[in-house]
Amino acid sequence: MVHKSADQNLLGELRSFLGDRARDGEFELGLYSKDGSVLEGNPMIVCLPVNTEEVQQIVTVCRKHHRPFLARGSGTGLAGGAVPVGDPVVIATAKMNKILEVDLQNRIAWVEPGVLNLDLSRELSPLGFHFAPDPSSQQVCSIGGNVANNSGGPHCLAYGVTSAHVLAIEVVLPDGRIAVLGDLTAEPPGYDLRGIFVGSEGTMGVATKVAVRLTPNPPEIRTLLLDFADVRDGAATVSAIIAAGLIPAALEMMDQRAIEMVEAFVNAGYPTDADAVLLVEIDGLAGGVEHGIEVVRAVAARHHVGSVRVAADDAERDLLWKGRKNAFGAVARIKPDYYLHDTVVPRGKLVEVLEKVYRIADAHDLIAVNVFHAGDGNLHPILAYDSKEKGVLERVHAAGRAIVTASIEAGGVLSGEHGIGLEKRDYMGMLFSAHDMATQDLVREAFDPDGLANPLKVLPSGSRCSDSFGQHVPDGAWV
Amino acid sequence: MSQRDAMQQEVDQFAKDVGASDPVTVVGGRTHWQVGGLPEPEAREVRAPEGVWAHEPEEMTVRCGAGTTLGQLSEELARHGQMVPFDMDANATVGGVLAVGRSGFRRLRYGHVRDLVLQIRHIDHKGRIVSSGGPTVKNVSGYDLCRLLVGSLGKFGCIAEVTLRCLPIPETTQWFTGSLDPFELHKKLYRPSSILWNGLQVWVCLEGVASDVAAQAATFDFEEAPGPPPFPTVGRLSVEPRDLQRHVTSSKLACLAEVGVGIIHTNEVTHSRSIPEVNLSLMRELEERLDPNGRLNPGRQVLNR
Repeated sequence: MVHKSADQNLLGELRSFLGDRARDGEFELGLYSKDGSVLEGNPMIVCLPVNTEEVQQIVTVCRKHHRPFLARGSGTGLAGGAVPVGDPVVIATAKMNKILEVDLQNRIAWVEPGVLNLDLSRELSPLGFHFAPDPSSQQVCSIGGNVANNSGGPHCLAYGVTSAHVLAIEVVLPDGRIAVLGDLTAEPPGYDLRGIFVGSEGTMGVATKVAVRLTPNPPEIRTLLLDFADVRDGAATVSAIIAAGLIPAALEMMDQRAIEMVEAFVNAGYPTDADAVLLVEIDGLAGGVEHGIEVVRAVAARHHVGSVRVAADDAERDLLWKGRKNAFGAVARIKPDYYLHDTVVPRGKLVEVLEKVYRIADAHDLIAVNVFHAGDGNLHPILAYDSKEKGVLERVHAAGRAIVTASIEAGGVLSGEHGIGLEKRDYMGMLFSAHDMATQDLVREAFDPDGLANPLKVLPSGSRCSDSFGQHVPDGAWV
Repeated sequence: MSQRDAMQQEVDQFAKDVGASDPVTVVGGRTHWQVGGLPEPEAREVRAPEGVWAHEPEEMTVRCGAGTTLGQLSEELARHGQMVPFDMDANATVGGVLAVGRSGFRRLRYGHVRDLVLQIRHIDHKGRIVSSGGPTVKNVSGYDLCRLLVGSLGKFGCIAEVTLRCLPIPETTQWFTGSLDPFELHKKLYRPSSILWNGLQVWVCLEGVASDVAAQAATFDFEEAPGPPPFPTVGRLSVEPRDLQRHVTSSKLACLAEVGVGIIHTNEVTHSRSIPEVNLSLMRELEERLDPNGRLNPGRQVLNR
């Protein structure tokens, strides 16, 4: 990858206050040219600020040079939201990783954006609290990234996505001003700027501090593993559990390939002969948990469940979850590379869409593995492939497009929790009219009239007036 | 005509009603008519379509016209043991509740009303239909305009159709009362639905399976209560939960505070807090872009009330 050589005046100005934390070495630029997607971009300079004032200075200098900028957390995003397009300055938040304040009276914590999701929950655990959103990447993903993508995770079924857990955000706006969006009260005055900022994928400014809600740890947690000889019975059980009036803390599904793969990886005792398993977690007070287990058992029995295993202790529970959370890593046992998709369909359409996913993968000579948030109807088909095979990425992209199309035809949406980024930008028209998108763009423009903050993301070119950084989409971009 | 076509016709008709030129104001149940100031008298009154159009219990979602009353909605959802915990006057409309953006008294457990909204179709200042959000319980598809519409008093558009997330009606809902320390209760109870405090007496709403409600109640010296006390209606304050005690003890007139949430219902006249200058300028930018001629609900003010 050839990077555009750094604008020396810009670099000089950045170094005047960042010193060697403004970098343009080949190694660093290579490192920050990608995120968790298969896409690749071209950062011009990488900055590693340590506080809000430095972020503000970086943004101000970028404006002066009319240079776009892109904030980035851990880069685990799968939709290319953190792929630098238009030779931007990358603002990496890795060194802004402090938990600034834990305020138990308000049940919030102020954290810097580079704090890792799981580190926060670990820190809160002795106090009896946690941060509810728990993406599978939670060991490495940052709170700033969670805010940018309005991230989810298995436990969002009961607790809601990131937006419901963020009260206020200190932001450096694209014009260099600092604002605190939202506050620690229940009803901040004025319009909900906080709400529109969460999930805006870095296109409305750079989050520099986040006030997150603390969720009390449940007194009781039980995790169940159910296996089915027919994936259709598993999917029907998902709908029936919800229809019975039970909202489990999490309700995850794995298909036969995923079970085999994961079992070989973690040895959790998953039944490798099953067609599908459900991982069901129920939390709360003792009576409700017992009642929940009874409901799950009764519903599953009506849908021909094989066996119901209730984790006996925390160790067994952790083992069951370890399998689920490491499923993506386990794909390497089948093929060296994978493309992870993210769409949502109505729960009642899970079986229909799953069957289509298998057919689509077969038609494109790919292997599909399914491990997903069934309770939300949030599908995560994994297409496993070997990038050394000639022309394989084209097949992967074609299959991906067909999967998204099938999901939307079933009444679903483009993304459950990974965002739009670059990957699905040009699919927005499948769900929204040109006027819907133009209206969305009016909102973005109110924050960033010059289009400097993470340009060319979220909305397809054409719906925007302010794409002034060319239409170049990196190689391998899925458009 | 299919039901979907019939709904679409109603939304299209509402778009025509809103039109593209003269000042309009949307009328719901008039239960919070004074919030944000009265609309200018020359503004033409329009009403959003009503009707529960699609309740899918297995999806736990409901789509309805924004003019549907909470009474109609609850009745329909209760047939399948579900609810949307708005906790407002049964005559209030769904669109009205969202436009005003105030949560109900069980917010401690169920969160803000905006977190129950999945999809909104609204009519913009030119009379065009705009769709945002998505119909599924989980969705990140572009900028979430629904968030901006909630609490906007109709200044960004007139809400026509709403898809909401439903919840199961708990097996037991029971109010209790006693003279206990509300802050201790908040620490010790697991996910109470509401803790109300007037400075002397506490009311607690516990929900769940009967045995849990009974067990939690038994830990404290509670008496059963038929429901929450009447809410003072003159003013409404929103403070940080840690400042609640100070506000309540210094209040001269009757008040009822939502412990853990930070909302105080009071008989004192309250004024809205000032908005920081930078935020205010962003909010004005949004107003100018989304309704440049100020024809939607003129007179009402979200800013500078």
